[in-house]
Amino acid sequence: MPVESVFPRLEPLLPRVRKPIQYVGGEVGSVVKDWDAADVRWALCYPDAYEVGLPNQGIQILYEVLNERDGVLAERTYNVWPDLEELMRESGVPQFTVDAHRPVSAFDVLGVSFASEMAYTNLLTVLDLAGIPLLSSERSVVHPLVIAGGHAAFNPEPIADFLDVVVLGDGEQAVLAVTDLIRGWKRAGQPGGRDGLLLSLAAVAYVPRFYDVSYLPDGRISKIVPNRPGVPATVSKYTVMDLDAWPYPRAPIVPVAETVHERYSVEIFRGCTRGCRFCQAGMITRPVRERSITTIGSMVAAGVAASGFDEVGLLSLSSADHSEINEIAVDLADCYEGTNVGLSLPSTRVDAFNVTLADELSRNGRRSGLTFAPEGGSERLRKVINKMVTEEDLIRTVTTAYASGWRQVKLYFMCGLPTETDADVLAIAQLARRVIAAGRAAAGRRDIRCTVSIGGFVPKPHTPFQWAAQCEPEVVDARLRALGGALRADRAYGKAIGYRYHDGRPGQIEGLLSRGDRRVGRVILAAWRDGARFDGWSEHFSYERWLRSAESALVGEPVGLAWYTTRERDYSEVLPWDHLDAGLDRDWLWQDWQDSIAPEGAAEVEDCRWTPCYECGVCSTMGTEIQVGPTGVRLDGRRLLPVVVGR
Amino acid sequence: MPEPDPRSQLPAVQHLVVRYAKRGKMRFASHRDVARAFERGVRRAGLPIAYSAGFSPHPKISYAGGAPTGAASEAEYLSLALTARQAETQVCQRLDAALPDGIDVIEVTEEISGAPKGNLEASEWRVVLPGVSPAAAEQAVAGFLALGEAPVERLTDKGVRRLDARAAVVEMNVIDADGIAAEPDGGQRAAMTGHEDCAILRMVVLQTAPAVRPEDVLTALRDGSGIAASSPPLTTRLAQGSRALLTGETRS
Repeated sequence: MPVESVFPRLEPLLPRVRKPIQYVGGEVGSVVKDWDAADVRWALCYPDAYEVGLPNQGIQILYEVLNERDGVLAERTYNVWPDLEELMRESGVPQFTVDAHRPVSAFDVLGVSFASEMAYTNLLTVLDLAGIPLLSSERSVVHPLVIAGGHAAFNPEPIADFLDVVVLGDGEQAVLAVTDLIRGWKRAGQPGGRDGLLLSLAAVAYVPRFYDVSYLPDGRISKIVPNRPGVPATVSKYTVMDLDAWPYPRAPIVPVAETVHERYSVEIFRGCTRGCRFCQAGMITRPVRERSITTIGSMVAAGVAASGFDEVGLLSLSSADHSEINEIAVDLADCYEGTNVGLSLPSTRVDAFNVTLADELSRNGRRSGLTFAPEGGSERLRKVINKMVTEEDLIRTVTTAYASGWRQVKLYFMCGLPTETDADVLAIAQLARRVIAAGRAAAGRRDIRCTVSIGGFVPKPHTPFQWAAQCEPEVVDARLRALGGALRADRAYGKAIGYRYHDGRPGQIEGLLSRGDRRVGRVILAAWRDGARFDGWSEHFSYERWLRSAESALVGEPVGLAWYTTRERDYSEVLPWDHLDAGLDRDWLWQDWQDSIAPEGAAEVEDCRWTPCYECGVCSTMGTEIQVGPTGVRLDGRRLLPVVVGR
Repeated sequence: MPEPDPRSQLPAVQHLVVRYAKRGKMRFASHRDVARAFERGVRRAGLPIAYSAGFSPHPKISYAGGAPTGAASEAEYLSLALTARQAETQVCQRLDAALPDGIDVIEVTEEISGAPKGNLEASEWRVVLPGVSPAAAEQAVAGFLALGEAPVERLTDKGVRRLDARAAVVEMNVIDADGIAAEPDGGQRAAMTGHEDCAILRMVVLQTAPAVRPEDVLTALRDGSGIAASSPPLTTRLAQGSRALLTGETRS
């Protein structure tokens, strides 16, 4: 039966809200398929505002992968801002997809991609507006399956009660496996009801309700074990091994509304083995798998022609580390010479940036922001976090950038890293002054700038720092204040150095949500009932609300906010995510943690792309391997260019 | 080290005036949203658009004052500067195909030197008022037209703006609903409100500074006669042009 569009009921509300264009869909690249011709229907949700969610690569990739299949339909849904939420509640308009404005409750699956833990409360808003019971245990066969994925779902325990299924790792093949199981179950007449479907999904994904968690009297976890026969004790992540076989997005969705990234992005490799100890993305996405220069070239040519974007983003966790990054940059800049299409590398390591990249990124007349992330102010601290970048690397790199015409460089740091002292943070001021001095000399002018951006460090699951005590927010704030003072202290540099910081309190809540267990679900529910929305946005975040909620929801438990955040864990403690396998060997992670805090100074780990394998465990247990070039192939500029009339 | 030279750009050899419509869901696009869509549209269409020089080159597209967010339009205008001559019909077709549905290119003509935008001195608007009876609307319109001035206030991002809604209105009358349902846009709303009273206003409003919008006129009608729509009115710009041209036509 066709499902009716809610648009006629939504439309009268739109003149009363801010930026109504974000709710109407109709973007170039969006797809509306025949409802009745599909037997498996996905509502893909990025649990944040449209302006943040639309450019998300994960959603765009899955949207295309699913919609390319016959009999499968995928639409998108995002969080509505509180102004529209209020009007929707008043008029009984449910959570809708922007593609065909179908109610989310009519779909077979609600697939939610979590890039950040701060979006957990947004999940509850979506479920509630959709009319889907918040708790998995209260849903029946008429409700969509609620499936989570994304980096922030690698420890889904805090939201386990709200989810039916969790997919770990790369989504391309996983969504098709899930689709096949749902289709088979529907065609067979839904054997076993919802439970039957979940049991079959437990073979390919994590189904939280099939695992029981028990606790020790002191609050630590005793064990996490399957409660059904046939359910595996641990669940592994998915890894797509051939990125050239999955060249998505091909036809990106081009928003009419303004969004946070206005460019065609192509992922040039997935995974990172630099081994930064704080970096969850680098740990859970191993091994490195490069996309070939030829596939990158054809994706860019097709993507730019299909979208009309004037910027190409070469995405990855550390883009300058692609084995053929110089060739890619030179050849693409050749192709787009004279077309006003610019290139950007959103994530570039200080020690991998070079003159060729500086020239090619600026060749087409625009110099999009250049950002580097030394992360730690002192050399000692950078060793602790295994960010092997020397001060000389940084000075050399910024000198190259300023000499190539950039006027502004951004530097990212973290505060509250393990073993950090006040002096480590104050060293950032020293570093920023050297950057300006070197930049003024290289550029031959005084009006260059450098912005120091710093936020509190949050220990993440599946990293060597998963056992670490998070720094108290008061300490983080005191160090940030001291750094601000030090940056302003020297008049000769004051105006040349900008300072942006995120205070420590939201970081503590992120810490609670990152390393929490199932008991934290009660806190999330309490905070949401108390009005928590868009917690990743400083204007909506309320620390007091979270304190209140943690206190009331955990009353009578031997655990609380500090227990989850500022407490160091030991080797023997069962961590809430120990049954979820990113491939990393737990003993290797522990040793790396010990190496980082060794009293005689941290031991560093090399990148296994260029040095022998140090057995982090991923390739051996996941059956994967590093895939890097060079291929030696070059791109033919004229053949890549889309046809331009009149030239 | 010397300042790097700004990239040189090809000169413009042709200027085209594009008339386009903002229909259906795209009426919720703001001026900036429409501008973004056109910048991407011209590139998708492969048009040889001219760019400004400098470090941050921008495509040379200039927009005449757009209809407000939420208002539909059959008569929006912009001009394009091209670096190679194109046939107008080709540009019309290619550009329309490259834009999202609802931002529809109606006509492309070569710009005659001597700014045609100077001629866009007035707009003809049609406003559908759900929940207002035609008789009540007739009375309100007569009352409004008899006023010497109609001061209204509008809340903007910059604060409260005070305007004289009457001064900008050249013509206003109540028209029949006949024919609207057959149009590409507006039919949906007409059907929605088919069961209740629904008045349709037509007005010709001068482009003034500060601009008087149809919503300001509706505010004045509400203040003067107490007529108010039961759900948000649907406003459509039907035409733009000289005052003489728009008032010479009778549509009622």
